[in-house]
Amino acid sequence: MKPEDQESTSVAVLDPGPDKIIGPGHDYGSVTDEIGGVVFRPFLRTPPQMFIGFAIAFLLVNLLMVAVTWLFLRGVGIWGIMIPVAWGFAIVNFVWWIGIGHAGTLISAILLLLKQDWRTSINRFSESMTLFAVACAGVFPILHLGRPWLAYWLLPYPNTMWLWPQPRSPLIWDVFAVSTYATVSLLFWFTGLIPDFATMRDKAGNPVAQKLFGMLAMGWRNSAKHWARYQKAYLLLAGLSTPLVVSVHSVVSFDFAVAIVPGWHTTIFPPYFVAGAVYSGFAMVLTLAIPVRRWYHLEDLITMRHIECMSKVMLATGLIVAYGYGMEAFMSWYSGNQYERYAFVNRMWAGGYWWTYWILILCNIVIPQALWSRRVRMSIPAVFVIALVVNVGMWLERFVIVVTSLSRDFVPSSWGMYYPTIWDWSTYAGTIGVFLALMFLFIRGLPAISIFEMREVVHHAESHVEPTHVP
Amino acid sequence: MFPNLYGIIAEFDNPESLLDAAHSARSAGYRDMDAYAPMPVEGLAEAIGYRSSWVQRMVLAAGILGACGGFGLCWWMTVVAYPHNVAGRPLNSWPAYVPITFEGMVLIACITAVVGMLALNGLPQPYHPVFNVERFSRASRDRFFLCIEATDPQFDPNATRQFLENANPLEVIDVAP
Repeated sequence: MKPEDQESTSVAVLDPGPDKIIGPGHDYGSVTDEIGGVVFRPFLRTPPQMFIGFAIAFLLVNLLMVAVTWLFLRGVGIWGIMIPVAWGFAIVNFVWWIGIGHAGTLISAILLLLKQDWRTSINRFSESMTLFAVACAGVFPILHLGRPWLAYWLLPYPNTMWLWPQPRSPLIWDVFAVSTYATVSLLFWFTGLIPDFATMRDKAGNPVAQKLFGMLAMGWRNSAKHWARYQKAYLLLAGLSTPLVVSVHSVVSFDFAVAIVPGWHTTIFPPYFVAGAVYSGFAMVLTLAIPVRRWYHLEDLITMRHIECMSKVMLATGLIVAYGYGMEAFMSWYSGNQYERYAFVNRMWAGGYWWTYWILILCNIVIPQALWSRRVRMSIPAVFVIALVVNVGMWLERFVIVVTSLSRDFVPSSWGMYYPTIWDWSTYAGTIGVFLALMFLFIRGLPAISIFEMREVVHHAESHVEPTHVP
Repeated sequence: MFPNLYGIIAEFDNPESLLDAAHSARSAGYRDMDAYAPMPVEGLAEAIGYRSSWVQRMVLAAGILGACGGFGLCWWMTVVAYPHNVAGRPLNSWPAYVPITFEGMVLIACITAVVGMLALNGLPQPYHPVFNVERFSRASRDRFFLCIEATDPQFDPNATRQFLENANPLEVIDVAP
């Protein structure tokens, strides 16, 4: 083993345990070097897992290209959608991806306002996740339009047809909500990166990297006056993003709740969708953070405390989601409405998709209860597996809502089944590829942990430790 | 007044010393100065005499403007540009405009927060004299700097240098313009 490898493995041993958010012995310089070092590693010394992961992701990106090209040539008929199930995988995946994005905003905005200092080493990471997940989400409704090249018709602009979008429709609210969300997420992410771009510019050895980071930093020079305005702007962004993130998934749920289809037409949808979004988002943060902290030996920056806190948030939001399922069942009985009741019977045993409902209950409610045990929360493999299970479960939740409800509505003569085709699966897998490929590029090319905020953590840790040294 | 000098900069290795130095420079009567730190330091901007609340005022104004814009857009589309009689319901169905009004507010307010912050900070700025100091690259890593600028009426190359040296810095360096 080479000496540098020994050094990096010794860092791994320094995991400070469940109570600390940063390993011992860190100062301003060492956190800067450790996080910046990931980006400035020579290309060939990138962990091999990153190359393999990127190669797989890139294959999936190409699969998406093929699927989308075929879609453009032949139209949405290549998917399994048909009346009555006109909203198939495209809408399931849209809701799933948007939901995954929400944990990023929750971590970066809401936890900032609540002064949860453990968010610092995962916020950049999860903001990027938000950005890429929203990009994947945005693709689906556009591809589903039938004539995707006319997607700009969704926007209000003066046109020769003198037609305007209908702003009383949740589908148009969605256009505004998702495009605002994407823009604000990008602004939040970029604003957070500006001081770190300056750090990278000053650290960069090679002139190309220095120029690139220099342009992105826009001349940031760490002036105290700049920091004062910067913090104010950052806080305002967090304050504005907090209600935004709640509004986005509420609006997504209105797409269903405002319609009269049994199984969609319920008032519990907005809060239950938001909780579900956060649930799946935290699962995705864990799914990504656990391998990355290991490959890059960041165990002293993303500590067991982070893993445990995220597991607890997952458990809590999972219980809210469970309450939502319970309420749906209760209301279908309590409503006394035969269609509402049948929608539930259909979901649980009568319809062709009853098994998806039970796998969903298993994935989202039963298995995550293991997180009550501290031993499970402290076990990396267990948390990783549970996070994967929740990702699957939350995808199935959207499948149950979208497909099962549509397959059997009011009149039995109009019932019908939906079977996804190879192109449905290819498009879905393709966006997973886009998401992972972008994540891999981000981790390799930009500081994946907020460097200046980690310096603040060091500063606070120092000023908290000092009094104990005073006799 | 000093054509070959932008100012004099002192380097410290911790935020507390920088804060002390900034306070004493302010009480010694210096006004044109700036402090540089690798992360936000509480009270540092106030210590060098910075007072401004323009960011939040701009964001408030932009938020109100964005909300009016969102509502106005919906109202105009449904009442003026494309009136549509659905079962005799009123054209100005304002409850349905709430989501777009809200999104308009957030969008314009957030863009203003970022663009306004950058504009008030004078960024992007391709050149600044402090970067002429070689050691200044550590301002984004682990060092803390206080620069008294030559435009200050009280600035004097020798006296100011002496003053900064009294604050126990690691180094005091002249900054070329």
